[in-house]
Amino acid sequence: MSIKSPMKRSSHGQKSLLTPRSKTANTLMIFGIGYFMMPLIWVILASTKSKPDLFSTFSLWFGHSFKLFDNLHSLFTQDGGLYLIWIKNTAIYSISSALGATLISAMAGYSLARFKFKGVVFLESMVLGLIMVPATALVMPLYLMFAKVNVVNTPWAVILPSLLNPFAAFLIRVYVLESIPEELIQAARIDRAGEFRIFWQIVLPMLRPALVTVFLFSLVASWNNFFLPLVMLSDNHLYPVTVGLQAWFAQASQESGNSVLYNLVITGALVAVLPLIISFLFLQRYWRGGINAGAVK
Amino acid sequence: MKRRQVLIGWLFVLPFVLVVFFFLVLPLIYAGYLSSQADSLVGGQHFVGITNYIDTFKDPLFLEGLKRVAIYALISIPIMLSVSLASALTIDVIQTRLARVFRLIAFMPYAVPGVVAALMWGFLYSQQFGPIYWFAKKLGFRNLDMFDPNIFIYSISGIAFWAWTGYNMIVLYSALQGISREIYEAAIVDGASQKQIAFRIKIPAIRGAIVLTILFSLIGSMQLFTEPRILSRYTNAVTLGYTPNIYAFNLAFNQSQFNYSAAVSFALGLIVLVISYGFLLRNRRMADK
Repeated sequence: MSIKSPMKRSSHGQKSLLTPRSKTANTLMIFGIGYFMMPLIWVILASTKSKPDLFSTFSLWFGHSFKLFDNLHSLFTQDGGLYLIWIKNTAIYSISSALGATLISAMAGYSLARFKFKGVVFLESMVLGLIMVPATALVMPLYLMFAKVNVVNTPWAVILPSLLNPFAAFLIRVYVLESIPEELIQAARIDRAGEFRIFWQIVLPMLRPALVTVFLFSLVASWNNFFLPLVMLSDNHLYPVTVGLQAWFAQASQESGNSVLYNLVITGALVAVLPLIISFLFLQRYWRGGINAGAVK
Repeated sequence: MKRRQVLIGWLFVLPFVLVVFFFLVLPLIYAGYLSSQADSLVGGQHFVGITNYIDTFKDPLFLEGLKRVAIYALISIPIMLSVSLASALTIDVIQTRLARVFRLIAFMPYAVPGVVAALMWGFLYSQQFGPIYWFAKKLGFRNLDMFDPNIFIYSISGIAFWAWTGYNMIVLYSALQGISREIYEAAIVDGASQKQIAFRIKIPAIRGAIVLTILFSLIGSMQLFTEPRILSRYTNAVTLGYTPNIYAFNLAFNQSQFNYSAAVSFALGLIVLVISYGFLLRNRRMADK
């Protein structure tokens, strides 16, 4: 289980011995790349098209005119710049939940690894248990509870439940056990460093790779979340981009399939996925780190 | 000193415990309570025991949705995971630049929000401006309608395939990378072919990871919600109880039947739990043999 060095490969030396290249595999992989790219290529092309071109020209090539900038302009000005507010909301909700979830799981993971506790088995079964709970079983009662304390239809209704991430605490616990020696903590204690100072100045910096992984996964989970904000928010100025886009899409399909909103939904979808895909391409090894730990578990 | 240590340990874990209590334990208890109540005009909320659950398991809408997600899971998971496994075995052997690009691109859909994936595929499937219908028409399938109620569930499988095949491939690939290469060398010296190595050594070695991907896919499939919900604009296939999760959502937020909705959700959770543990137990027994 190596979270420390996700890119590490075993013995490159025997590579030639173990790699018979086959034409079939290469052809299939090229086909696969095309297949996985296709929806994104379609979105990129479609967001450069005018409304009539969208319906009349071949969908996997450019239209008669290049309207990307017009589409972006209408995307950001439609309904008084609502899209920009959605992006801002998404950023606020996901960054604050990810920061909160990372800090909370770092503290819990450290505590479960280095202080004497019995909660570990409980934690592991919770990780598995949580994915079995149907979304409605959790979100519906939360909605009713939040309604009683007037939290429904505020950012808190989306941020607070997203702080829950038992898998992150589990991952950090494993990382602490592997890479922060007990002796180091003991030595700091002998030097009379306070427990919170030890955590803040010694443990947290050493946990950095694991923290980045946890942060990324929490960020994407809340960036992509749909069900929770769909239920909790009714004011469209509070929507994150996922809920906002589906609202525009619903409106577009009601307006007899010829609405200008189709262009907006398509361009909006492109703008919404770009930051994630870019972060994904550049921070690959942290992503893989999280998956490695998940796979071995 | 010892007691102080314990206290500090608790302080560190306290925020986590609070979050778990307020946003997991409490809502579940509340949902459990709701599912044991019924609302009537005369008596208000009152205790009805397991009546709501008996109703759920007799409810044709719930059973129909359950059957649909079960068929959906049985058809899509084997296809998806076979492709994931084959790709993982391939990129484990072929370590060219092409293989690295393939690995990256196949994993990329993981970063695309489910809502956006559903929207994109809705457009791709569309008869008005989608490439799929365009190609089908060229090939002579003029009547292809991806939103036809009879085939809509397979259209959803197509979206899930695009979204999750690469993710599962990476999980399996990571497990394959964990196997010691020396084992292969010994096998090659003994004259084993790549195919034999894959089937006799690699697949048994990553059995745990395979079981995990099956389990997670199964749980995810049973809770199907986002794709049919988004695409319900295009098709009249998505009925009130199209999937159990959609049913529970409609009961709570369109019909304000919170008690019955809680029972439907719990019933689904219970079924998923029984299937998962059944699957794990069976698997463990087989592994022991």
